[in-house]
Amino acid sequence: MSIVLSNISKNFGDFSALHDIDLEIPEGELVALLGPSGCGKTTLLRIIAGLEQTDKGQILLNGEDKTQHHVSQRGIGFVFQHYALFRHMTVFDNVAFGMRVKDKKVRPSESEIAKKTHALLELVQLDWLHNRFPDQLSGGQRQRIALARALAVEPSVLLLDEPFGALDASVRKDLRQWLRNLHHELNVTSIFVTHDQEEAMEVASQVVVLNKGRIEQQGSPADIYDYPANAFVSKFIGQTNEFQLSHFSTDWFDKVGLSISKEVTKDSIAHVRPHDIEITKTTNDTPVTLKDWQHLGALIRIELTKNLPSGKSKAVFAEMPNEQFKRLQLSRGDKVDLKIRHAHWFH
Amino acid sequence: MSAAISRTVHQSTLDDANWVRWSLITIALGFIILFLCVPLALVIIQAFAKGFDAYLSALSQPDMQAAMRLTLLTALITVPLNTVFGVAAAWAITRFEFRGKNLLITLIDLPFSVSPVISGLIFVLLFGTQGWMGEWFLEHDIKVIFAVPGIVLATLFITFPFVARQLIPLMQEMGSEEEEAALSLGSSGWRMFFLITLPNIKWALLYGVLLCNARAMGEFGAVSVVSGHIRSLTNTLPLHVEVSYNEYDSVSAFAGASILAGLAVVTLILKTFLEWKQKNERATASL
Ligand SMILES: Nc1ncnc2c1ncn2[C@@H]1O[C@H](COP(=O)(O)OP(=O)(O)OP(=O)(O)O)[C@@H](O)[C@H]1O
Ligand SMILES: [Mg+2]
Repeated sequence: MSIVLSNISKNFGDFSALHDIDLEIPEGELVALLGPSGCGKTTLLRIIAGLEQTDKGQILLNGEDKTQHHVSQRGIGFVFQHYALFRHMTVFDNVAFGMRVKDKKVRPSESEIAKKTHALLELVQLDWLHNRFPDQLSGGQRQRIALARALAVEPSVLLLDEPFGALDASVRKDLRQWLRNLHHELNVTSIFVTHDQEEAMEVASQVVVLNKGRIEQQGSPADIYDYPANAFVSKFIGQTNEFQLSHFSTDWFDKVGLSISKEVTKDSIAHVRPHDIEITKTTNDTPVTLKDWQHLGALIRIELTKNLPSGKSKAVFAEMPNEQFKRLQLSRGDKVDLKIRHAHWFH
Repeated sequence: MSAAISRTVHQSTLDDANWVRWSLITIALGFIILFLCVPLALVIIQAFAKGFDAYLSALSQPDMQAAMRLTLLTALITVPLNTVFGVAAAWAITRFEFRGKNLLITLIDLPFSVSPVISGLIFVLLFGTQGWMGEWFLEHDIKVIFAVPGIVLATLFITFPFVARQLIPLMQEMGSEEEEAALSLGSSGWRMFFLITLPNIKWALLYGVLLCNARAMGEFGAVSVVSGHIRSLTNTLPLHVEVSYNEYDSVSAFAGASILAGLAVVTLILKTFLEWKQKNERATASL
């Protein structure tokens, strides 16, 4: 089911949590809602679900205006950040709940409910836990049960609030992959909240970047990474080095290969991804020194210091494959030359 | 009571010198024996002072029976009403944002902070023949003060904080996520309440109801002001005990008191059980 939000705003007292949000999500997408803490992700999700009322604007699901519909009438599955499993019910009863509270007329028989519940538990690979209570499960298991419970009512939209937020790194990685596969299988329009940009890039087909209650950019992960719409998105998605024109000499920009176009002013800032910086060993008198490096698996993260004309120094980060770095045979304190392959200018 | 004492002992082994420990225990125990156990024993001894038959006949006097019936009736009306009120108030306070919320929280506690006698007097001022609404009631031939409705009203007022007070902190701590989950799964508000909220608050609710009941049956001050002490008509059990005692009918007075004391003991046992249940539940919930 497609989701269209138009002009959604939400205030809590004087505080504006969401500001004129316009968003279109086509059917079947898996969208990541990405943004720093407190930017309004949960609030937006709760408004779509109907757990919170919007102050103005409209929510259309499949073209139908659902703004005034009660939560229970929206057909939206919601997976809460802390799972919100019913603590006094077994895993089985948790998952069956949504089917059991249906109106008598449309409620499946108890045997159908049991069959479907077991099928869902198998889908999340946890049928063997059906007799347990939530407090007897691990975090990752609770997460999957919460998902199975939400899927039991065959929602047309699935909303997940930081689905992996409370889990440790290795479980997160597994579950990400698993969620993507599950989405492939079910093809339910889904939005998940995260403040981990790596997670968003890895799992989602579309990424929406939110900041201070406004949408900064929406697009495919590649678009957002390669063409950030503004300095905030550029900084938030992946690492960047910032070079403000006024802090460096124009000569230096020429030397490292950064072309300065007409729009560039004194306050313009060039954002450069670490992997867009190339380094070569030199004996020339350059202002850049190799300070240290760390292994990040296949990549090496290199820490450089650049002396500024003002007398201060600036840290610059570069990344390159392990092998390539070894071939350079660099040691700490060596002078290096920089080449910048690509930069985004923000004015 | 004994649970509380043994807990203190375990904690104080950490650093206190032995003699401090033992003298504190002795003082605490001595106090309890002197001011709780001795009086309780005296009540029983006095009640049976003239033998078991005298005790039984005191209990079966019509006045005594009427007092017990009135006490039961009062509890039967006030406890359910205050249960409903308490749940509604706790719900409103913990689940909604509205203006005047803090005022409501303060007002719920009012009966605890006002002397019961004042509470009784308020009702006399409102509903008595000379009171604000007294004329209207007089015209319609409804008797509130010095009658059963007054007793019920005063008890209702005195006991209304108990349930709400138990539920508010618990429901605050629980949060509303499970309830929201139920709604998002298509449950109606009522089903959500009975299937999700109630099972989670049931022990605290029962605890509140128990305390509310104990107070409803034992209330003296406010009821004394509005009752008028009419034998067989407006005497609740605590009032009947006082009246009998003032008339030097000590067997009757202590027989009535023994019933109230028995009620207190039963309440205490149930209370301990419910506390244990709640603690267990919270322990599993926080896993
Ligand atoms: N019920 C509320 N009353 C007042 N302010 C609120 C309420 N709910 C949220 N806010 C405020 O609105 C802003 C957005 O909150 P929200 O929970 O949507 O953030 P978030 O993006 O989900 O953050 P996080 O990543 O930390 O979960 C925050 O500044 C928060 O303080
Ligand atoms: Mg959040």
